[in-house]
Amino acid sequence: MSAVRIGVGLPTSTPNRRATELTDWAVRAELGPFTSLGVIDRLVYDSLDPLVALTAAAAVTSRLRLVTMVVIGPVRPAALLAKEAASLDALSGGRLTLGVSLGARRDDYDAAGASWGDRGRRLSDQLAAMREIWEGTTIGPRPATLGGPELLVGGGSGPSFARAARYADGYVHGGGPPRAFASAAERARAAWTDADRPGGPALWGQSYTALSDPDAGEAYLRHYYAFTGPFAERIAAGLLTTEKAVREHVAGYAGAGCDELVLLPATSDPAELDRLADALS
Amino acid sequence: MKIEVVGAGPAGLYFSILMKRADPRHEITVSERNPPGATYGWGVVFSDESLGELRDADYETYLAIDEALVRWSSIDVHYQGQRIRSTGHGFAAIARTELLRLLRERAGDLGVRLAFEHEVENAEAFTEGCDLVVGADGVRSVVRAGAEKAFGTTLSPTASKYVWYGTDLALPVFTFIFKPTEHGLFQVHAYPYDAHRSTFIVECTEPTWRRAGLDTMTETDSMAFCQQLFAEHLSEHRLMSNRSAWGTFVTVRNRSWHDGNVVLMGDAAHTAHFSIGSGTRLAMDDAIALAKAFVEHPAELETALAAYEAERQPIVERFQEVATDSARYFESVGRYLGFSPEQFTFNLLTRGRISHNNLTARDPALVNRAEANFAGAPPGRVLVPPPVLVPLSLSGSGAGRLANRVVLALPAPDTAEDGRPGHEHTTALEAAASTGAGLVVTEPVAPVPEGRITSGSAGLWKDEHTEAWAGIVERMRAAGPEVRVALRLTHAGRRGATLPRHRGLDRPLPSGGWRLAAPSPLAYSGRSRRPEEMDAYALATTRDAYAAAAGRAAAAGFDVLLLDAADGYLLASFLSPLANQREDAYGGDLEARARFPLEVAEAVRAAWPAERPLAVRLVTDDRVPGGVSPDDGVDLARRFVAAGAVLIDVTAGHTVADERAAPDYRRLFNAGLADRIRNEAGVATVAAGHITRLDEVNTLLAAGRADLCRLEPRLYQKGNAR
Repeated sequence: MSAVRIGVGLPTSTPNRRATELTDWAVRAELGPFTSLGVIDRLVYDSLDPLVALTAAAAVTSRLRLVTMVVIGPVRPAALLAKEAASLDALSGGRLTLGVSLGARRDDYDAAGASWGDRGRRLSDQLAAMREIWEGTTIGPRPATLGGPELLVGGGSGPSFARAARYADGYVHGGGPPRAFASAAERARAAWTDADRPGGPALWGQSYTALSDPDAGEAYLRHYYAFTGPFAERIAAGLLTTEKAVREHVAGYAGAGCDELVLLPATSDPAELDRLADALS
Repeated sequence: MKIEVVGAGPAGLYFSILMKRADPRHEITVSERNPPGATYGWGVVFSDESLGELRDADYETYLAIDEALVRWSSIDVHYQGQRIRSTGHGFAAIARTELLRLLRERAGDLGVRLAFEHEVENAEAFTEGCDLVVGADGVRSVVRAGAEKAFGTTLSPTASKYVWYGTDLALPVFTFIFKPTEHGLFQVHAYPYDAHRSTFIVECTEPTWRRAGLDTMTETDSMAFCQQLFAEHLSEHRLMSNRSAWGTFVTVRNRSWHDGNVVLMGDAAHTAHFSIGSGTRLAMDDAIALAKAFVEHPAELETALAAYEAERQPIVERFQEVATDSARYFESVGRYLGFSPEQFTFNLLTRGRISHNNLTARDPALVNRAEANFAGAPPGRVLVPPPVLVPLSLSGSGAGRLANRVVLALPAPDTAEDGRPGHEHTTALEAAASTGAGLVVTEPVAPVPEGRITSGSAGLWKDEHTEAWAGIVERMRAAGPEVRVALRLTHAGRRGATLPRHRGLDRPLPSGGWRLAAPSPLAYSGRSRRPEEMDAYALATTRDAYAAAAGRAAAAGFDVLLLDAADGYLLASFLSPLANQREDAYGGDLEARARFPLEVAEAVRAAWPAERPLAVRLVTDDRVPGGVSPDDGVDLARRFVAAGAVLIDVTAGHTVADERAAPDYRRLFNAGLADRIRNEAGVATVAAGHITRLDEVNTLLAAGRADLCRLEPRLYQKGNAR
């Protein structure tokens, strides 16, 4: 079993958060056993912008990687996202990992004035265009990472795995029990080989935790994922609420070959960081 | 809770029993449109495993069912006038009428209200007045029909025709009969369900069904036809009809199994092709899971329904995948009629969940016979190697003799300089040779500088390259004395002149590129550079360059030449109408599009030593409408065989840069194509598509679905293992 790095999420979408305290969270995370700070993305919701949140975190940290899991690519113009990502990579000293995917919500596309029907094709274009921008000289800044930040693609369909193999450095899974991650990771690897890519994909996972307040965590997930209908309940049921559950979950992900698992808080309570640190020690 | 169950089949009745057992205060009504005892279908099957679930869920019901079961542990396969018996398969069956009678009795005893001949028009009648509505009303569920959108229902018919008879012949064990006729192949799935009777399902493809005139026959005439057809197996016994009409099996899937307080179970929620005999078992397992969810989450309806769905959906999806594979097997079983009885049986039994390892655990004697047969062992020989270790001769010479059936093909490190392979090539290929794989394939190697994929692609267009490759081949032979080495000869065509691939594919070189050659001036992707249409001179010189490279490959000591007509590279783009829109003799129908690739194959064959094998890596499915189809793939494979190829490395996709053409990337995702090409075009094939276990290799080989298997190279590459 290989070791899996453990990241932690920033509370950008959870209730009762104070935006001004986000940087405190980041500082505390950097003192903990974590290797990265993760953010999720949703436009039509009371949530912080993922890249803005990571930028704030970048300013008060020096070690942690900064990862989007994911940003919804096609709601943003490629050049704009490429520039933001390059800027964040540059000012953080090359700490950005940019996970990009389609998202699942029509309302985000409508609110951004982005077309929904051709989102897959536009995501493919965007991934190729961003790499061109990062490697080119027209749209700066030059990212701190040669050739641009580490790029991950998310999603669970055949085309998503093909996109990861064609354009990205790895795959970011959308969450679930270890066997769901293992199955997706296998498919990501299969697509990689099928594309004749050398090496293998970087494999990132994510899971929700609420050790400090399980009930509030479940309520938040039901609300956040209400748009999925009956699946919201299943996502809430997957919430990790005990140290034992976290440890078993981490071991399961490690066994499935996960490179980095980001534990996203379903609560804004910074006590969650201490509880996670205890669980991981 | 107040619960309305629609449908008094096994799922509905069993759920009522389990709920009442858990808490007698539940008020449960089961409505059924038919009178009690009016059942369709003859016997239903349980595996040993599923009986264990029933035993744990309600011991009394289990005891009653157990009493009425007929058990068997063998499967008979009637094929080519022989009967092959395979042992170790623990199954049981019961008459459906008897099962329902037992369940009704138990439900009645526990206080469930049973309302027969009570037609339910839709679920809405109940949703207000009760806590839970259970749609257990079968494949044509009215409960589901009331909210198909919320459930996300999809219905997928299979291609075959089947009819469900009974017979008063008590078969000893589960029986498959394969009966070729002048109309086509008919097969029977039959099993005993009590001491006197058996279920007898007849199945054939739709064309066969039409040719036999069954499309216009009455129910009586159809049954007489089948009675006649299987007279030798039925002897003095007769088929019995229960409104038995020919039909098409429909796979029901639902994205969600619940909507508000309405929940689906059994066939209403999901069906799985009858050839894996799991319908009743899945329905009763649903009932167990749903009842358990209410025990674990009392008074939390939404949580309970979500838990039920979360537990059952992944399991059912796996059954449905296996069932779909099984259904496909029976649709195309006609292609295996040339197999020996041992191989035919092995293939039949491993069509779904059962692998070589599983079958060895169940029936070691049969697997041993199949392996002896596969190895060509003389009669009486018992100690035989597993299929993966059986050598394969692709040609009469030593170069074509592979020590085993594993192929490793390496991706390119993109570190060649001016086409010259370097240190990284040497170490990677040496490591691959030392693994013991029978055949190691190089990265794509270009016959001309313009045929390179990236500026770091390896080539074979000058003597310096020949020497470098000769050195590598020599080192490989030292690392793995038995290894055979294949050169993958690839002209990138319109996928050329790109950046190294460690950060993505098909990224055009910003500067210093070269002119791209292609059948038509169509760019590979929106960002790719536009290629030039090859004129007669370009065609001739490219063909000559391929032949010259083949000559150099021979001099360098390669054993096998693998001509690349796949992955959207030059030859593949000639084959596909998506990339080839020429109006001369090299474009148009399949024969014309194949002309240039076949000319190249012939030129290479002529330049390549006659005793060494020529293989072709072939795109057999573009996975895009209007592109190369699997039917075309079979046709193309035959043409390359006629041009001198003895092995087809079967691939699909990448003809165009469109992610919508992606497969699902599940295990063995391209292996079905290798099976089809092998058994329809009659040529040795390499199967690929995420094959990672030797058990998978042994299964594919012994089943006759491939001759070689290309394994995930990552598993064998030092330093890259993840």
